[in-house]
Amino acid sequence: MKELVILSGKGGTGKTSVAVSFAILAQQAVLADCDVDAADMAQVLIPTHSEKHSFFAGQMAEIRPDVCTSCGACMRLCRFDAIAMTRDAKNRATFSVNPLACEGCGVCARFCPRQAIDLHEARRGSWMISDTRAGPLVHAELLPGADVSGKLVAEVRNYARRRAELENSDLVIIDGPPGIGCPVHAAMNHASLVLLVTEPTAAGRHDLRRIADLAKSFRLDIAVCINRWDVDPGLADQITAEARDFGARFVRRIRFDPAVTDAQMQGRTAVETDSPVAADLQDLWLQTEAFLYREKATC
Amino acid sequence: MRIAVASGKGGTGKTSMVAALTVVAQTPLHVLDCDVEAPNSHLLLPLISQGTEDVRVPMPEFDPDLCGGCGQCVQFCASHALVQLGRVPLLLPELCHSCGGCVRLCPHQAIREMPHHVGVVETLAFSGRSDVTVFQGRLDVGVAMVSPVIRAVKHQVDGSDRTVLIDSPPGTACATATTLNGADAVLLVAEESRFGLHDLTLAVALVRQMHLPFAVLINRTATGRRKVRHWCRRQNIPVLAEIPEDKAVAQGYARGRMILDVLPEMWPVFAGVWQKLLHLPETVMA
Repeated sequence: MKELVILSGKGGTGKTSVAVSFAILAQQAVLADCDVDAADMAQVLIPTHSEKHSFFAGQMAEIRPDVCTSCGACMRLCRFDAIAMTRDAKNRATFSVNPLACEGCGVCARFCPRQAIDLHEARRGSWMISDTRAGPLVHAELLPGADVSGKLVAEVRNYARRRAELENSDLVIIDGPPGIGCPVHAAMNHASLVLLVTEPTAAGRHDLRRIADLAKSFRLDIAVCINRWDVDPGLADQITAEARDFGARFVRRIRFDPAVTDAQMQGRTAVETDSPVAADLQDLWLQTEAFLYREKATC
Repeated sequence: MRIAVASGKGGTGKTSMVAALTVVAQTPLHVLDCDVEAPNSHLLLPLISQGTEDVRVPMPEFDPDLCGGCGQCVQFCASHALVQLGRVPLLLPELCHSCGGCVRLCPHQAIREMPHHVGVVETLAFSGRSDVTVFQGRLDVGVAMVSPVIRAVKHQVDGSDRTVLIDSPPGTACATATTLNGADAVLLVAEESRFGLHDLTLAVALVRQMHLPFAVLINRTATGRRKVRHWCRRQNIPVLAEIPEDKAVAQGYARGRMILDVLPEMWPVFAGVWQKLLHLPETVMA
């Protein structure tokens, strides 16, 4: 089974637009939206039916006010500034945990001299499996501010793989998050191919370098797609040359076309239109498919 | 006063807006580039490096002569960063949150904390403006934990009474929450698209949960696209400006020219946004 992971480094280069177009062109793939704090594949692939599950990870501390003697040890021990002190009308100090800052390490609970702190299993969000016109979509909604830790990303990938096995599908298409931090690590490891979507700008080129270095440190095959290349053909050429230098297996271009956003507004992918950009996306898909299945072709 | 510029969706123009606001703000300023995974402030502003500081976080190191192999540290570690393969546990640094718990609970005091390099904070001067300093965080490629570098950037301005303008990472997860923590006002930069509207709703949920005064700026508007504007109106969210899509601006951005270099006539728009942001905590509560 092949896992195609679409990443970028920089946000807003067009990962999701490419991912949903590929989903339509592939038709046999299982789709995974691993951009769990801003999941947009479902905005275009419009689920017809969904199963939703809660996602729990790690712990959250809570101070029991009836047992707490306000010694303040927890605040001194906490390395994440997650314990706040307030004073009431009689100037008595009370301590409480800020759930957005608490990382669930358990240090406060372990060392509280009165055992006044409990650790609860923390719900971090939900994950869903939905039916769409392009195939099954596994996606998630992270609660605002939640500490992803890559775990939810890994869960989404795992469920997508399992669903692919059940459906005898041999391809999972993964829409990844921006950046290079831990959700990206969880999205990219063991990928059959990492497709890096970039843009012909100084920022796009700068961030492409960082994500490419990360993918190489994971020993993964990389390909590059320069989206909206015609905004700056000179930079597009420079990025193409740099991508070849850092070992991209192939480099392709997609032109700027307002049809992409227009289609998105109507819940459609660009390859479901007659617009010129559809041909660019089809070419990119054919090249990607050929690379993914190259070994098959030789036997 | 601390003003953060954030968004749900990536690529809406946060860094571009930070650059424009930096230029129009007629006040001494600290600018924090907290998008430490993919920092881009140096590509849009004329900056000169003044030096770089290492960011290190403490992680456990085991003394094999003192370790008794009891495994209490392994059991305690909520991040599963310690693995018991032999007698002495093995550390998985990508997972360690540096909470210090294992060190404290070891019955044989066999663990000490050693600094691990996770990124840098660079201090940069703004060419031509001696009253603006930029602090840019950069995560080491390969490091998973983002928040320590963000916190290191924010700590650069502890105790300062200068106005602080913060470029946030995209998204609504813990990197963004860590960046926004302590802000006095947030400007959410949105784009008029389906993804843009969806991700804005998530960003608004975050700032409301954090009880932060906020307003929206809609970037790259085009005729016929009004969903974000209408949604903000229904939600009673102030929209401080709408910046039209402009190919010349996009081409300028590609080459590191910020919007006010390409369209200097937009200066009053950004000056107006800045003034409204400075007064946002008084006028709007999330």
